[in-house]
Amino acid sequence: MTTAAPLTTTPLSKTEGKKLSAAAMAKKKLTSPWASLAAVIIAVVWTIPTVGLLISSFRPQDDIRRTGWWTFFTDPLVTFENYRTVLDPEKAGTNLPDSFLNSLVMTIPSVIIPLCLASLAAYAFAWMNFPGKNFLFIAIFALQIVPLQVTLLPLLQLFVAWDIDGTFWTVWLSHSTFALPLAIYLLHNFIKEVPSSLIEAARIDGAGHVSIFFRVLLPLLTPALAAFGIFQFLWVWNDLLVSLTFAGSPTISPLTVQLSNLTGTRGTAWYLLSAGAFVSIIVPVTVFLLLQRYFVRGLLAGSVKG
Amino acid sequence: MFTTASTTPQKILQMFAAILLFAAVMGLILFIASRFTGKRDRAIAALYLLPTVLMLSVGLLYPGLRTIYQSFLDASLKSFVGFDNYTTILTDPEQLTVLRNTAFWVLLTPFVATGVGLVYAILVDKARMESFAKALIFLPMSISYVAAGVIWKFMYEFRPDQQNIQQIGLINQIIVWLGGKPQQLLIDSPLNTFLLIAVMIWIQAGFAMTVLSAAIKAIPDDIVEAARLDGVSPWGMFRFVTLPAIRPSVVVVLTTIAIGTLKVFDIVQTMTGGRFETSVIANEFYSQTFRSDNRGLGAALAVVLFVLVIPIVVYNIRQLRRSEA
Repeated sequence: MTTAAPLTTTPLSKTEGKKLSAAAMAKKKLTSPWASLAAVIIAVVWTIPTVGLLISSFRPQDDIRRTGWWTFFTDPLVTFENYRTVLDPEKAGTNLPDSFLNSLVMTIPSVIIPLCLASLAAYAFAWMNFPGKNFLFIAIFALQIVPLQVTLLPLLQLFVAWDIDGTFWTVWLSHSTFALPLAIYLLHNFIKEVPSSLIEAARIDGAGHVSIFFRVLLPLLTPALAAFGIFQFLWVWNDLLVSLTFAGSPTISPLTVQLSNLTGTRGTAWYLLSAGAFVSIIVPVTVFLLLQRYFVRGLLAGSVKG
Repeated sequence: MFTTASTTPQKILQMFAAILLFAAVMGLILFIASRFTGKRDRAIAALYLLPTVLMLSVGLLYPGLRTIYQSFLDASLKSFVGFDNYTTILTDPEQLTVLRNTAFWVLLTPFVATGVGLVYAILVDKARMESFAKALIFLPMSISYVAAGVIWKFMYEFRPDQQNIQQIGLINQIIVWLGGKPQQLLIDSPLNTFLLIAVMIWIQAGFAMTVLSAAIKAIPDDIVEAARLDGVSPWGMFRFVTLPAIRPSVVVVLTTIAIGTLKVFDIVQTMTGGRFETSVIANEFYSQTFRSDNRGLGAALAVVLFVLVIPIVVYNIRQLRRSEA
């Protein structure tokens, strides 16, 4: 949760460490080739599985079936046919373009809604006085530990009773709800740090709670909102359990569900699975590469969620 | 608007409708709040908290309590059966395998992932291309467990041991290169459970590495320098300087990964579907509730998961508080 704290202090200690590092580095390089070797081995072992599937996704269908992907280096033959096939609903037997859209349609509101609601709630907890404030805050904080599994069946029964089962609303509502405790906790921690003199000054100028919220706090909150927003985006995009429970039908199911189904029905069709996996990976990896700093912070902050 | 959207324009329209509807609710709340002038904190706080409290009560609190109640009901949730479902979990051979597997997962994943993450964080600390080296290990953390499952299922792929057939999974190829016979890696129990655990370790090591690397960099330089001047060996440095300094972070990482591991569902679901004796509690919950329609038992499994998570979370939060203080 607040593991984000040590991270924010990293840049400072890093610059302090620079004095030593050049010498230390040279020394280390000379004295410990084994250390470097060990690091390289771990890095290679961690990278090979992904690289293997990535290479396979560009190999002809027959080659994937007959020979290992490592033969690619002696017999490099590149094709985009696998991607063309997996994106063609008639050939793949599954509608990946549609599920890509479904993933997007599910994710965007599931990020916006909890962020807005949580900012309001966090503001109330940080800057307002009302009876039962502490009790309510701790209760919301405690709800973070509820595993999703505990809520799924009763929620499904509710959605059926409300006649919205099998629609995007089920996913939007449940993801937004599940995100609230963590989002409120994080944003509250952040808002608390804003000096109260800033708020007091705005109050004396006659600003109400609404304009303080928009003019003073929202601009200050941007980094925290970005960190949580990215975390929530990837959480929803990568989720399987919630979508499988509420949005399992092919019309609205997201990439994760389609890909998971594909491993069940076409478990040995690696020309489909390899390309399909990378279609689903593109978005999170792009987010990761572009917004690495926020991403890491958000991920650490949300690590006990769900 | 509240029906299933089936065409692309319908879906996009429904998404914008949802966002607009939500914006309207927000606008209404803020509009009413702006009508209250002066120090009417109570009314405004109630307004600001209303949607949150409503959603959490209906979407988390009520379902949670209801699941606890349902765990005492039979498969179709019609009649009361007392603790029968819990007895099943603790005595039925199949369920015992599930518990055993869950224990393997929770005991192995946090320690191995943290160990690898820590070693790697120390090895690449202040090395050339440190951030690139870290990105390599961290990347698996950004992709879905489903995609990770597909990636590793390919690694474990098995081809029959025949003259003209080559292995296409790297692990089996390595076994063949070393002179062994290819194995049905994902079918042989209990080996398959450990191979699934390897996937979770592959994902979580990046998390451990990132947190611990930050902790290592936060160790004051004068302490390190003083130890160096005293002629402390590299191992002594790790044992008596680094490890004590980052101990709180190590505990947080261990518990955090343990919590995530208890809830793991996607990896098992994607790679074996819980067959071949690989099921774990989180996966068994899903199969019993939604596939076998054994809903009472499913609810009981969810409650067991909840009960197992609580002590780890409490410990985790305590450590977090302590490390902040």
